[in-house]
Amino acid sequence: MAEELFKALADRTRRRILDELVERDGQTLFELCGRLLAKYEVGLTRQAVSQHLAVLEAAGLVRSRREGRYKFHELNTEPLELIVTRWLRPEAPENTP
Amino acid sequence: MRIHLSSVFVDDQAKALSFYTDVLGFVKKNDVPLGEDRWLTVASSDDPDGTELLLEPSGHPAVQPFKDALVADGIPATAFLVDDVRAEFDRLRGLGVRFTQEPLEMGPVVTAVLDDTCGNLIQIAQYK
Repeated sequence: MAEELFKALADRTRRRILDELVERDGQTLFELCGRLLAKYEVGLTRQAVSQHLAVLEAAGLVRSRREGRYKFHELNTEPLELIVTRWLRPEAPENTP
Repeated sequence: MRIHLSSVFVDDQAKALSFYTDVLGFVKKNDVPLGEDRWLTVASSDDPDGTELLLEPSGHPAVQPFKDALVADGIPATAFLVDDVRAEFDRLRGLGVRFTQEPLEMGPVVTAVLDDTCGNLIQIAQYK
C-alpha cells in the first residue's frame, strides 16, 4: 500500500488532481480535465487523466462514487496519515516498514 | 457556410420539449409528425430564426451506450451561450435542475454543466 501511495504522490499531475479535489470535492472526469487545462495548462487527454485517477484510486487517495448516471471522484486523505505518522509518531503500532 | 441545425439525442421528445422550452427558455420552431417520432426543433427566444436545435429521438441502439458513457464522465453533449452563468445556475437550480459541474472560471470563460433530464449533460458558457 505504501509503495502505491508514494508512487501516486510522485507525479505532479496527480498532486494537482488532489489539489483540485481539495478545492471542490466530488468532480466528474470532465471537470477535472477542464481544471487541469485552465489552471495549469495541462492539456492531457481524458484517457490520460482517467489513468492518473486510476493510480490515485489504487493508492486509496481517490474514491469514485456512482450517483445515478454520474460518476464523481472524491478525495480520501486517510492513507496520508499512515505515511505521516510513520515518522512523526514512530511508536504508533500500525506503522510497518 | 453557417451552422443551421445541431442536434441532441433525447430519450423522450415530449419531455425534452417541455424541458428545453419551459425550463431552459427556448421556443418551439418545427414540430412535424414522423410516425412515432417528430421532427422537433427549438430555437433561442432571443433569435427565433437563428440556429435550430433538433431534439432527436434516441431510438438507435448505438445511442444509449454512447450517452451513458458521456454522462458518466460528465461530458456535455453540447453547449449554450448565456450572459451570466452564475445567474442561470441559480435560476435553474431553483427550478430543480441538477448540475454536475457548478460554475467554474476557466480562463476567459465561465462554465457549468447541467442534466437535461433526457439523458444528456449540457454545458452553459459565458465569455467574460
